[in-house]
Amino acid sequence: MKTAHYYWTIYLALWRNSVTREMQFKVNFLLWIVVELLWFALQLAFMQVLYSQTESIGGWTRWQVILLVGISNLIQQLFTAIFLTNVNDLSEHVRTGKLDFMLLLPVNTRFLISLRKVDLGSFINASFAGVVIAYAGLQLGLHPTIAQFLGFALVCVAGISVHYSIMFLLATIAFSTVRAQGILTGYYNLFNIARLPDGAFRRGTFKAVFTFVLPMLLVANVPAKTLMGFPSAPGQIALLLAMSAVCFVVSELFWRWSLKRYTSASS
Amino acid sequence: MTATSQWRKYSRVLVIGVQNTLVYRANFLFRASISLIPLLGTLQVWRTIYGDQAPGSLVGGYSLSAMISYYLIVNVIDALTAVADDDWEVAADIRDGKISQFLLRPIDYLTYRLCLYLSGRAIYTTVALIPVTLFTLWLRQDFVWPGHGLTYLLFGIAVFMGGLIQFLIAYLVALLAFWFLDVSTLIFIQFAFEYIASGHLFPLDLLPPALQTAISLTPYPYLSYFPASVYLERLSQSQLVFGFLVESSWLIVAYAVARWAWSRGLRRYTAVGG
Repeated sequence: MKTAHYYWTIYLALWRNSVTREMQFKVNFLLWIVVELLWFALQLAFMQVLYSQTESIGGWTRWQVILLVGISNLIQQLFTAIFLTNVNDLSEHVRTGKLDFMLLLPVNTRFLISLRKVDLGSFINASFAGVVIAYAGLQLGLHPTIAQFLGFALVCVAGISVHYSIMFLLATIAFSTVRAQGILTGYYNLFNIARLPDGAFRRGTFKAVFTFVLPMLLVANVPAKTLMGFPSAPGQIALLLAMSAVCFVVSELFWRWSLKRYTSASS
Repeated sequence: MTATSQWRKYSRVLVIGVQNTLVYRANFLFRASISLIPLLGTLQVWRTIYGDQAPGSLVGGYSLSAMISYYLIVNVIDALTAVADDDWEVAADIRDGKISQFLLRPIDYLTYRLCLYLSGRAIYTTVALIPVTLFTLWLRQDFVWPGHGLTYLLFGIAVFMGGLIQFLIAYLVALLAFWFLDVSTLIFIQFAFEYIASGHLFPLDLLPPALQTAISLTPYPYLSYFPASVYLERLSQSQLVFGFLVESSWLIVAYAVARWAWSRGLRRYTAVGG
């Protein structure tokens, strides 16, 4: 309990620093929100174009897919807000030797590395995604029960955790190569798959890989199905929770193993 | 200065550009390969859409093969022409005052940048050829080849001019660094428009007519959509002639504006750090 309080205090201090930092460049802060809004609009436009040609894709209707795109964006933005810059910075900490300093601090190093900075603009972008989700939900006439809503929140957290664990795992590769940056950008590319309805994919290698190895097809699809009350939802929820646990454990084991072999870049 | 000495000077730049980018070949290979995965996802979605229709039916005037070939050919065009880091480098050169050295020497910055772009693209295309060819071979059942030999030539010309236009647009956005401290957001905003209006995401003739007209007034369709339509032989003779006329006009306009913006920008240039 005392530890939890300790870490909470640290996290609040990190938040304060981030707010101060971001408010130094206000115009830039707003422009980045515009950039993200444009890309979000672009994804929605793509789906609109697809649905101008067909009524349904693999059983998914237009508003169901728009709900899915909204949810995928919500998860991606929250991940960006809390983790992205931090995970990206890891290879830089290794290269400059700053990691040595962090290892000496009386706090869990992974905690510090993962949560150092908060990207505030992404919270605002997440709220735009929330608006799209709400609007699509109204169009679909959804009336989620409290249990459904809590389940939705839970699987969203699991989805964010999947992105975080995999990205952290890839960033840990920075210990053995300086090229980790390219790998991270590559993984970020795969976020594109998360907003496609899984009904569009037949059984095959593609679906298997992106369900059981890099669970991109679960991350946003499962929250969407939970909110819409698909009959398959309970099993899928269990699967996503299990996958997010597996991803986290694997990334933690690899992190510890890498730290043991770490010989520092400086000195 | 004679044409030969000019040529020797800038061919050195080309060689240096090739040497510099060769360092990133593994990175390029990785980038080219990973970008095929989201593409595969998009193609799967289209297959599902066609699968729900009666066999052999068209969607928005495209057969399944034509649609898949469209995406594959746009992917090839992208490997050939996409601007990699050129815009970021130009903006950084201006911000950090590094262009001063070009002002003092008998070297033209735009030509210098163009040489680096061309050599970078040459290396990237060579490396990307491996995964892109394998990917295309894998989908060869749905890949259509042009019926006329002439189409290859026209496609080549359309891609080359499109590449130059793309380079000049990126160069122009980067020149905004003369006026603004940080242009990275502007680069991304421009890129978002380019991404949708060039036809990268979907063939532009799937859009409602009003939007199509609006987009056709910009140079963007000539980056991907027009060369891809040339390749797929979807254009009538008069459409071809008109398309090439407009594409070359855009190229001239973009070049003129780039020259003009550079000379305007230099008046504001304060050579920071120099």
